[in-house]
Amino acid sequence: MVALVIAEHDNIELKQATLNAVTAAAQLGGEVHILVAGADSAAVVEAAAQVAGVAKVLHADDAAYGHRLAENVAPLISGLADGYDHLLAAATTSGKNIMPRVAALLDVAQISEISEIISADSFVRPTYAGNAMATVRGTDAKKVITIRPTSFDAAADAGGLAAIEAVSGPGDQGLSRFERHELSHSERPELTSADIVVSGGRGMQSGDNFALVEAVADRLGAAVGASRAAVDAGYVPNDYQVGQTGKVVAPNLYIAIGISGAIQHLAGMKDSKVIVAINKDEDAPIFQIADYGLVADLFEVLPELAEELDKQNISKNRGEP
Amino acid sequence: MKVLVGIKRVIDANVKVRVKADESGVETANVKMTINPFCEIAVEEAVRMKEAGIAEEVVVVTAGPEEARQTLMTALAIGADRAVHVVAEQDIQPLGVAKALKAVVEQESPGLVIVGKQAIDDDSNQTGQMLAALLGWPQATFASKITLGDGEAEVTREIDGGLETLTIKLPAVVTTDLRLNEPRYASLPNIMKAKKKPIDAKTIEEWGVDAAPRLEIVKVSAPGKREAGVIVESVAELVDKLQNEAKVL
Ligand SMILES: Cc1cc2nc3c(=O)[nH]c(=O)nc-3n(C[C@H](O)[C@H](O)[C@H](O)COP(=O)(O)OP(=O)(O)OC[C@H]3O[C@@H](n4cnc5c(N)ncnc54)[C@H](O)[C@@H]3O)c2cc1C
Ligand SMILES: Nc1ncnc2c1ncn2[C@@H]1O[C@H](COP(=O)(O)O)[C@@H](O)[C@H]1O
Repeated sequence: MVALVIAEHDNIELKQATLNAVTAAAQLGGEVHILVAGADSAAVVEAAAQVAGVAKVLHADDAAYGHRLAENVAPLISGLADGYDHLLAAATTSGKNIMPRVAALLDVAQISEISEIISADSFVRPTYAGNAMATVRGTDAKKVITIRPTSFDAAADAGGLAAIEAVSGPGDQGLSRFERHELSHSERPELTSADIVVSGGRGMQSGDNFALVEAVADRLGAAVGASRAAVDAGYVPNDYQVGQTGKVVAPNLYIAIGISGAIQHLAGMKDSKVIVAINKDEDAPIFQIADYGLVADLFEVLPELAEELDKQNISKNRGEP
Repeated sequence: MKVLVGIKRVIDANVKVRVKADESGVETANVKMTINPFCEIAVEEAVRMKEAGIAEEVVVVTAGPEEARQTLMTALAIGADRAVHVVAEQDIQPLGVAKALKAVVEQESPGLVIVGKQAIDDDSNQTGQMLAALLGWPQATFASKITLGDGEAEVTREIDGGLETLTIKLPAVVTTDLRLNEPRYASLPNIMKAKKKPIDAKTIEEWGVDAAPRLEIVKVSAPGKREAGVIVESVAELVDKLQNEAKVL
């Protein structure tokens, strides 16, 4: 049995979600290969070859794959599928965009965002915003899967010595064109892999007030997240959204500030190790799942919290690059 | 140009979903059903294209049981012109839905298909991408902005790092994200008018679509429950507990 993991990267860096997908692939019990589809992406291949437990790295380098356009990458992957029983990617926006297209080209089901592997054909996946855990068995010969990164540990990014093989696919299909990016720049750790996440909700009342959240996050070296309400109101960019239809996070510590705790938000953070809620409404549902709750006005306690962290010398500057 | 919109009937987002005691699925008896929120956004976008004079006709389609007719009514009340109902009593998985939608596309020849990015019941996030693959069309998923041009469309997508803008050739499939638009409330006169709009209903067998499930649902269980913790009285106590009890600082 051999599994192919589709690398998540930006032509420069191999993203951590790939390492989570490698762990999932290894649990299937066979050999693990990685596909790097990119343009001028040699550095990514080098990183992929060092991932522990990976036997081979396939490298498709072509301008057509530079932005991982689904129209171009999906036929590349389906063309390589012959040698593989499982095709996996992390359930990032890129994985979610590409893998269903691959599955349909192969006329097989795609199994979305699995959180557990039971056997080579049986998996657990959350449905209904995590309110119902479905155990599913794939009946197609080939399994096309996306994995929930927070449910699988990251494979070690060193110690591996994979063989590298150049592959090619049909290239540019002429259906789509990349125009531009507007990427959020942040000195902070990445939301989905951060050790601590501090999130603000509608209770923050404005984008400017998020400075209070950031002041706490800076001291903790934490990533900043948000509820949908805060994103919809324009306080923070869309990629801050945590939840059923945003990002799934599971840090060691999640601090929810001015967030009521709607089921759609909980879907994205309830697997965090320790949850803290700060909310002025003692009946807010977030308190039902929080390990530590503080019933208070956030505008009073956030500055206090930043100060207390300084006083206790907890300012770890863990966010520094 | 004709715009085709795929819609799904789902349990309302505000319902507290419960797993059945025998773990065969979730409780649906006497549960409020609605149009999937992302599909509502898709219908709204198509209707706005028609109002702007860019689209000539908006056709909505659902594959589902008799009751899904109600969901088509919702879309017609928002402003869609007519509906296609692919009647199927059994549960259809995304690949089957994509095949049904492909059959309808072949009959209707739309210039654009809009679907939601995700159905909030199965949380699959697959159907639009699969449909695009089956048709050999381009796809723009998780759209927060669609600008139609001459034979192509510029679409801004919500991605993990921020936003990405693509140009795709038409015809194409676009899937909607939450911030594409804010759907209107259907007015009473429009709800009345919807009742007179045509719905073309045919069974999935009549459409000749193979929608056999590829995934066997072994069981559906309730997630592990998290217990409520303690309420602290002050910021100092909170920091102390995080440091010395939870040991996360
Ligand atoms: C299809 C769909 C998908 C969705 N996807 C997501 C998703 O991915 N992520 C997500 O988060 N939501 C999602 N939602 C929305 C979700 O249902 C809630 O509406 C949203 O999470 C609410 O955000 P909030 O908690 O910030 O706002 P609110 O529910 O308005 O809560 C604000 C909270 O702030 C508190 N507060 C106000 N002022 C203060 C103060 N001064 N000090 C302390 N506390 C204060 C209030 O007591 C209240 O509890 C989705 C909804 C739908 C229908
Ligand atoms: N039974 C269906 N009939 C019509 N459209 C559907 C159906 N199921 C899913 N879709 C469309 O596909 C989108 C994504 O669904 P899913 O891939 O199941 O998450 C939905 O928002 C709908 O627009």
